[in-house]
Amino acid sequence: MKKFLEGSFAMAQAAKLCRPGVIAAYPITPQTHIVENLAQFIADGKLDAKSVNVESEHSAASCVLGSQAAGVRSFTCSSSQGLILMSEVLFCIAGMRLPVMLVCANRALSAPINIWNDQQDSIAVRDAGWMQFYAENNQEAVDLIIASHKIAENSKVMLPAMVCVDGFILTHGMEVVDIPDQKDVDNFLPSYNPPYKLDPENPMSFGLLGTPDVYQETRYAIQKTLEDVLGMVPKVGKEYKDKFGRDSLRLVEEYKTSDAETVLVAMGSVCGTIKDIVDTEREKGKKIGLLKIVSYRPFPKEAIIKALKPAKNIGVVDKDISLGSDGALYSEINSLLPSDKKVSGFVAGLGGRDIKPTTVKEIIELTEKEQNSCKFVDLNKDILWEKFKTI
Amino acid sequence: MNKEHFQENCYVSGHTACAGCGQSMAVRIVINAAGENTIASNATGCLEVFSSKAPESAFGVPWIHSLFENSAAVASGVETALVHQGKKENINIIAQAGDGGTADIGLQALSGMLERGHDILFVCYDNEAYMNTGIQRSGSTPFNASTTTSPAGKQSTGNPRPKKPMVEICAAHHIPYSATSSVANPKDIEIKVKKALKIKGPKYLQIHVPCPLGWRIDSSQTIEVAKLAVNTGLYPLVEYEYGRLTKTRKISSPKPVSEYLKTQGRFRHLLKDQEALAAVQKVADKNIDYYGLK
Repeated sequence: MKKFLEGSFAMAQAAKLCRPGVIAAYPITPQTHIVENLAQFIADGKLDAKSVNVESEHSAASCVLGSQAAGVRSFTCSSSQGLILMSEVLFCIAGMRLPVMLVCANRALSAPINIWNDQQDSIAVRDAGWMQFYAENNQEAVDLIIASHKIAENSKVMLPAMVCVDGFILTHGMEVVDIPDQKDVDNFLPSYNPPYKLDPENPMSFGLLGTPDVYQETRYAIQKTLEDVLGMVPKVGKEYKDKFGRDSLRLVEEYKTSDAETVLVAMGSVCGTIKDIVDTEREKGKKIGLLKIVSYRPFPKEAIIKALKPAKNIGVVDKDISLGSDGALYSEINSLLPSDKKVSGFVAGLGGRDIKPTTVKEIIELTEKEQNSCKFVDLNKDILWEKFKTI
Repeated sequence: MNKEHFQENCYVSGHTACAGCGQSMAVRIVINAAGENTIASNATGCLEVFSSKAPESAFGVPWIHSLFENSAAVASGVETALVHQGKKENINIIAQAGDGGTADIGLQALSGMLERGHDILFVCYDNEAYMNTGIQRSGSTPFNASTTTSPAGKQSTGNPRPKKPMVEICAAHHIPYSATSSVANPKDIEIKVKKALKIKGPKYLQIHVPCPLGWRIDSSQTIEVAKLAVNTGLYPLVEYEYGRLTKTRKISSPKPVSEYLKTQGRFRHLLKDQEALAAVQKVADKNIDYYGLK
């Protein structure tokens, strides 16, 4: 049913539709509304789950690690410093092959402390063995939460999934969202029936010591599984589309790229702004397109290479920066393409600075004009250190 | 390991603990007292390393380990999942950690578990230093003990601080049960584990477990040394219920602490230093007075 909703409420509804049995989270802006709504659903008897008000994000992640290992579908939600505090546990959750669901309300990292949006937090844990899907809008966030459960819990996958939603822009943004019916979700997503769990009837040990004799194989197994997920995403995405009518779960979205001379590559909510600019520029006769990365982990190399083949100029927009190197997405996209391809990297929108239509236009112009690996756009030169003002 | 191997014990031999390991003995007593309808969570540390080298495990009960500081939080999740499934009534949950995983890096998660009221028994195997990483000082290392990071030397008599009072810290959460025990007294451990598991809610049990390597004692002396810790008043065996001290194990004629200290390399430097020795005797005297051990 279509409703005009706050993003966090819509995402909480999506999480509720997946019938988690245990929810553990620690409050951090801008994630709070999601868990507050879930707590209210439980308090009102609308969701049969236990909520654990833990004393830190580290314990939130540890708690869902334990509950998922005990055979119960478990949900957590965090952001920024909270996600980084969880990071130690995130690697364990993947290493122990537990399909926990996490919504990350993307926010900048300290210092300086900043509660506003960029994607540095989830990018910083990209190597943990989790799937990462980035939502453009709240409808996609809802769909990705529901659909990615199905991949995560597949007995041939058993890996956790993180749905990344831009903090405030999506979490606090009001949009019309179609919330699926419970009956349809139940039909799409069977109850959680793991191939292994903590059970005195059949005692197993979880989280053993992996010596050099076995450790590398555990990493190989996750890598191979994530490669398999690349094949599953379109299949489960189609199944979801057939049932709910929306093509939200996919590896990438190619927006007017087939004949585009200049293609921007981006993830998350900025894709909406870029699409607008693509449309208006096309009206003026400019062949512009957007390649939206939905699945960042696993990274859909082949789909990206295929989509970017026709483009002459490629500009990658990162809301993150690997300090001392380049934006994360730029580095990975650039490594896929032949060296004679003109690929530029742009760092924008850090710490909540709006990526405005004018910013996008500047990025397009620079992409067409020159080649940069790590160009910060929209800098306020007045507040830069004196020696950087001329740059 | 097959099922037959576990028929009599829920924690079996074949693991790689050192000879005379006090922790391993205590674990066997704890897990067997709890019985097969138990799920154990474990912190990183000696116990996890010597009992769970993949693909083997010494545990005949479901067991889970992930990190150093989160045994209590993982157990909280397991317990919550069992409550959600309606299975908790029949299954005991034990969270285990060493003293570092309890008193230092694990204290926050433990406090959270106690405060939230989970039906879990947390067991701290207290060997009084970070033994797994090579005998570094923890918050539970006793006063004047020499460790690799609080070494005795010309200007040092070892660890300058007393043990963190974990049993009181836990009792201060007003939980139903917070107690200490010693591997010197297996029956005491068994009784306390069984008593604790009959009580619904969060429970804490701290067991003194000598580490031959870290304490520099012969591996045949584990039990004797642990007995002396109790009988000198340096390791009082006490029980708190809902924040009140309800029971102590009396020691009618306490032995001088030198009897205990002289057995161990970690205290050897004190024997020539009357002042430092007297300072440790003061710790024991204070315990005897505070807990009414006589």
